[in-house]
Amino acid sequence: MSHGDMNLTLKIWRQKNKEAKGIFETYPISGISPDMSFLEMVDVLNEKLIVEGKEPVAFDHDCREGICGMCSMYINGQPHGPKQGVTTCQLHMRSFKNGDTVVIEPWRAAAFPVIKDLAVDRSSFDRIMAAGGYVSVNTGNAQDANSLPISKEDADESFTSAACIGCGACVAACKNSSAMLFVSAKVSQYALLPQGQPERKSRVLAMVNQMEEEGFGSCTNTGACEAECPKGISITNIARLNREYLSASLSSK
Amino acid sequence: MSQKLDAKIPEGNLAEKWTKYKSSVPLVNPANKRNLEVIVVGTGLAGSAAAASLAEMGYKVKVFYFQDSARRAHSIAAQGGINAAKNYQNDGDSIYRLFYDTIKGGDYRAREANVHRLAEVSGNIIDQCVAQGVPFAREYGGLLSNRSFGGTQVQRTFYAAGQTGQQLLLGAYSALQRQVGMGTIQSYKRHEMLDIVNIDGKCRGIIARDLVTGKLERHFGHAVLLCTGGYGNVFYLSTNAMGSNVTAAWKAHKKGAFFGNPCFTQIHPTCIPVSGDHQSKLTLMSESLRNDGRIWTPKKQGDTRKATEIPEEERDYFLERRYPAFGNLVPRDVASRAAKERCDAGYGVGTSKMAVYLDFAANMKRYGRVEATKQNIHNPDEATIIKLGKDVVKEKYGNLFDMYKQITDENPYEVPMRIYPAVHYTMGGLWVDYNLMTTVPGLYALGEANFSDHGANRLGASALMQGLADGYFVIPYTIGAYLSNEIRTPSMSTDHEAFVEAEKNVKSTLEKLMNIKGTKSVDYFHKRLGKIMWNECGMARSEKGLKQAIADIQSIREEFWRDVRVPGTMDEFNPELEKAGRVADFIELGELMCRDALNRNESCGGHFREEYQTEEGEANRDDENYAYVAAWEFNSVGDWTLNKEELKYENIKIASRSYK
Repeated sequence: MSHGDMNLTLKIWRQKNKEAKGIFETYPISGISPDMSFLEMVDVLNEKLIVEGKEPVAFDHDCREGICGMCSMYINGQPHGPKQGVTTCQLHMRSFKNGDTVVIEPWRAAAFPVIKDLAVDRSSFDRIMAAGGYVSVNTGNAQDANSLPISKEDADESFTSAACIGCGACVAACKNSSAMLFVSAKVSQYALLPQGQPERKSRVLAMVNQMEEEGFGSCTNTGACEAECPKGISITNIARLNREYLSASLSSK
Repeated sequence: MSQKLDAKIPEGNLAEKWTKYKSSVPLVNPANKRNLEVIVVGTGLAGSAAAASLAEMGYKVKVFYFQDSARRAHSIAAQGGINAAKNYQNDGDSIYRLFYDTIKGGDYRAREANVHRLAEVSGNIIDQCVAQGVPFAREYGGLLSNRSFGGTQVQRTFYAAGQTGQQLLLGAYSALQRQVGMGTIQSYKRHEMLDIVNIDGKCRGIIARDLVTGKLERHFGHAVLLCTGGYGNVFYLSTNAMGSNVTAAWKAHKKGAFFGNPCFTQIHPTCIPVSGDHQSKLTLMSESLRNDGRIWTPKKQGDTRKATEIPEEERDYFLERRYPAFGNLVPRDVASRAAKERCDAGYGVGTSKMAVYLDFAANMKRYGRVEATKQNIHNPDEATIIKLGKDVVKEKYGNLFDMYKQITDENPYEVPMRIYPAVHYTMGGLWVDYNLMTTVPGLYALGEANFSDHGANRLGASALMQGLADGYFVIPYTIGAYLSNEIRTPSMSTDHEAFVEAEKNVKSTLEKLMNIKGTKSVDYFHKRLGKIMWNECGMARSEKGLKQAIADIQSIREEFWRDVRVPGTMDEFNPELEKAGRVADFIELGELMCRDALNRNESCGGHFREEYQTEEGEANRDDENYAYVAAWEFNSVGDWTLNKEELKYENIKIASRSYK
């Protein structure tokens, strides 16, 4: 079934499982429409592979509207591909030219081991969250929501940090595989709100500690994370994290 | 009422039922809670909220989800907002009004007591979320902001830009991860529930597949909560995530849980139209856009001019024309049908002609003029007004406009959006009683997975409300009614023959799928099923069409089990095998949906039977014969028994639904 008239050469990382050695395989693909999303283009490839009796390419994806943070391809050397401010599922083939060669790899980081082909294990992020990414409040009996006025500026800034989708592009983009942008966004969200104050110090210490235990690298301020973040999370969050961490370290017992 | 269905609605006045229930429901003491195990399947709003709340109370909790993190569940994608009867806007809102709007919006097919309880706890949800640090939109004075949604005349919708679901889910996910960190919840990522296990008539656990290793696992629980969302993907194309599926609910259905009102599907009016046959999913443009967008088509059939070239007097604002009282903010089912009617009559726009315009120009100018006044700009020129207005619209809906541009390559700040209805939500689901328990004792269904609160049509911003109400504020109480009688039940060994048997059956189904080695991909069948469902069981249904659809689905089922090709093996990460199992269940469900739609000889809410409409084309409800919940009992594949729960309206006068 023909959809469009773009022809591409795909070089895709194939790796059977965590232990196996991976290699690049080359697949020519034709009939691609510029209106397809990148993942729909991979769907077309997989459909073809299945009918030919070959193994389709495993990759993570779910909502396909740029919000769940599940898709994770490293395309031509950039997490989520060449277009700024979008996830792979929102990248469309009109961002490529007929005849292009497209190299597709998984996120590469020690803390994100490959599961198969392009799918990686990001549960290190969940463990960082479990270490302190919350306000300790049990369900029930919270005070009336409007009894706690919060300035619009703070609420908006907190929201901007909270918009992180936890995809891990920041880690994949960083030459040190640092998770500082991810961690700092969550620390900032709470540091900016009154609800976050009681645990302000213990939170940042616990989250940074867990981040280091997971094997993420250090931040050397290259700014690659901010440049590749599909949600435009700002590197100023990292500056805030550093301040929060320093202040907490100096004053904690 | 059927002998088999007892909704267990508490006695007493509607407004007092829940308060009285809470004061009299049996409790479980803390020492006993530690020995009671609860399994939660799914980590959307309902699942995460329930798991966190139950763990906080002291129960031992296990959560299962098929994604790589609990934060990925599809609640994350909800855009517009969450309703609550706070009356912060001083515009006359109340618990009763939220209750009334929801019952009316649901076209008088929801259960009064459940809906009233939902309205009662709605305010607590906002309090809880704010306490967790959810950054809702605020006014300059620091108080929470509200906006309007369809089917209501008050402003009761709380929001966080166009990412409300994301922020609420991250709040619940944080609460969940906190308990994981404290060791009170065991979290099973990339696990799919493939069956429930019943022992002596009670649900006692599940069989789950580790999707990375392919290994089957047995897990015991004193109670099992299915918080597994809706089944809109039976239509192949929908606004659901690719992985959203009916499998957990369907396996439970086949083990005794009745399925309520399966044909009640919500078609959302404002989605980006289908662009080609490669399309894998549809994207919603939030209902909140209808606050500021006006929906229209050209007055002339087959008009090929650009939208901007069509003068005002040649535009038909058909919602404002047909429903002056609610205008562009009529409920979703009404708006969807009206758009379909225009397109079918030849007034559609865009290359496919299956779209209508959602136009922001007028409101952009209105905002621009207000903004100019605020900034003391006298007699602003057109360009200034548009620029100022654009900034206001950008702040309100920026992410949605960006998303639209990304997908269509058109700039919605310059030209109107093209939109068309798409499958979005399923009001039907597992039948539950007032306690949220299914017809299998010990098995509960929460959130979109159950049928209970939205009748035949859900109002906008009510899905988030229901998911969190069920998880935070209902199940923590109602589960006590059951578990207080289970304190003497020790944890059971998963070597019990019921577990062994269930695992054996799951394994043989997986083997069967692997061994077909046919010629067609899973998607091939899914797309065919979707097309049938959309054409015959979508926005308009008829006896003839449904009968044909049932026959066609049966033949797809037969062909699927003969000719599907699942590559790879069972003992590895195999997304095609996951999909195959889910599509097999969708095929069976699709048949039941058509049977339910065929049985319901009336039009109500999202269920529109062409035979039952008024002269003006409005839905013709039949309260005499169909004021009941259709709860289907599974006998064998393709064979069900219909049970009826009669709906009694003691507090609301049942009336024809008018938004004129």
